[in-house]
Amino acid sequence: MKKKKNVFFQLASRNVRLNLSRSLLAALGIIIGVVAITTMGILGANIQLAVSSNLSSNANSIIITPDAGRTGGFGPPSGGTTSLLITDNQVREIEQAAGHNVVVPIHSGSDLIQVGTKDKKRVTIYGLPPDKVTNFVEIAEGSTLRGASSGVLVGSTLARDQGITVGTRIKIGDESTGTNEVVRVVGILEPKGFGIDLMPDNAIIAADQWYTSVYGSQGEYPQVDVLIQSIKDIPTVKDAIDKKMNKKVKVVSITDSGALLETINATIGQIGTFIILLGGISLLVASVSIFNVMMMSVKDRINEIGVLRSIGTTKAEIRKMFIYEAFIIGSIGAGIGGLVSFIGGYLLVRLIGTVNYFFTFPSIIYVPYGMAIGIAVCLLSGLYPAAKAANLNPIEALRSE
Amino acid sequence: MRKVYKLKAGDVTALQGISFDIHKGEFVAIMGPSGSGKSTLLNLIGCLDVPSSGELILAGRNVRDMSDDELTFLRRDEIGFIFQKFNLIPLLTAYENAEYPIILQQGHMDEEGKTARMLKLVGFGDELMTHKPNELSGGQQQRVAIARALVNDPALLLCDEPTGNLDSVTGGQIMDILKGLNEQGRTIVMVTHDPNIARSAHRTINIIDGRVAS
Repeated sequence: MKKKKNVFFQLASRNVRLNLSRSLLAALGIIIGVVAITTMGILGANIQLAVSSNLSSNANSIIITPDAGRTGGFGPPSGGTTSLLITDNQVREIEQAAGHNVVVPIHSGSDLIQVGTKDKKRVTIYGLPPDKVTNFVEIAEGSTLRGASSGVLVGSTLARDQGITVGTRIKIGDESTGTNEVVRVVGILEPKGFGIDLMPDNAIIAADQWYTSVYGSQGEYPQVDVLIQSIKDIPTVKDAIDKKMNKKVKVVSITDSGALLETINATIGQIGTFIILLGGISLLVASVSIFNVMMMSVKDRINEIGVLRSIGTTKAEIRKMFIYEAFIIGSIGAGIGGLVSFIGGYLLVRLIGTVNYFFTFPSIIYVPYGMAIGIAVCLLSGLYPAAKAANLNPIEALRSE
Repeated sequence: MRKVYKLKAGDVTALQGISFDIHKGEFVAIMGPSGSGKSTLLNLIGCLDVPSSGELILAGRNVRDMSDDELTFLRRDEIGFIFQKFNLIPLLTAYENAEYPIILQQGHMDEEGKTARMLKLVGFGDELMTHKPNELSGGQQQRVAIARALVNDPALLLCDEPTGNLDSVTGGQIMDILKGLNEQGRTIVMVTHDPNIARSAHRTINIIDGRVAS
């Protein structure tokens, strides 16, 4: 049986060779389609992997914020304080619930700053316990905060934009904000990118004592972070804090970076799928050209089909011959397309970000995926022409020139 | 036996009530003017088409009861076609053309040298085996076509104007080959409009307007 198959395969491949330019043009469509969906798939996978890994570098914290839905309507009448902040007492409750994990209350607010004679700019200012700072950020230059001094750390983007270096003095506040302080920069931070606990790249980090001495709000925090030593404890600790804090009414929202990671991953995945679908459109166009080539091939060979039928070739064998032809065109297209998307994908990923994840399974799997889809598209577009060839009336086919 | 073609412009009756027997080992010529239905008749005998009504019995089997695949296998194993236009496959060499029915029947290449024997039998030169049809003369092409028709050792040879595209000398050579094959016991049915060619046959059936005239 094998050799018989080979004869039809031979006939099919001879025909591809005989109409080489036409077949190659059709294959080119498949190449473009395969490259489009494969590189887009690889790109999406690499972005997702890179973002996940960035996020999971701070995936070991639980963030507690006052519940935005809390308006005081359910609790006992409060003494007129309507601002939503977590108090020192609540921090102690959180500490009890968190066990041996470190709890860090974080002050944050915003104010105008001025460097030298440059324009004033509004930035976020964090107040952190100096000994906990390195749990959140890495120092690129200079040193970390020490004690209650008025030294501050500056995020990488802010430092670059404002030309701030270690030793620069920054004026904080003006008449409109009611503050008027001058601080000295002791350290510049490494870029951190997107984080759910702190976003320090465009911010200033100061010691908590300095923060409360300037802005007040001692013992009141907009955010409390719990640094979890082992990621698998996150659900337990989250649960414990929830039980302790949200007894009757919801007082605080508890978020962990894992949940956020999932949401972000899902979003990137959806965008990736959408882009691949766009690439799929080019494959659809390619399938039309394959269809066209196959129909022309059938038309060119009507007489030959008639001869083959008259000397005893079955319909199924005729069909097979044309499907082989589609398969050969598809394989050429998918093979070249796979190679091009492998190289092109690597260059594209390198251009946009890091190639650290290029050779991982979730990224490289798009090459065989894309190739398989390319071949499948060819086979599908070959089905109708092949059936048409097989069902030709042999007498009419013989009569045609 | 009747054959009616259903066309959009109306039914065309190509053959209306034809009946005859052809015996094993006969050489029958079918003659008639163009449009008389003689080609239709040959296509029916060759199982390329099925009668609209009536019966066509080939070696004891009624073709109207057979499936498309069964008809195909009958063409492959029991019938050899020889056409006016030779109808070789342009992509294949002379040898591959003649070998083709063996591959269809046995599922593998000719391992017994039958193709070469048949090409030799019809006087086709060894040195031309690897040539493509467009590199061969008409007579050479028709010899390859006859070898192809013979290679599966069919009981029946059907020839549609086998000398129609050949000069008289070459045509005579081809007719000699066919006569020789008939003398070896093969049944031959040949369509022609040339009375000189028909003279080679044992018997002539004249068809006019879809009926047997004599």
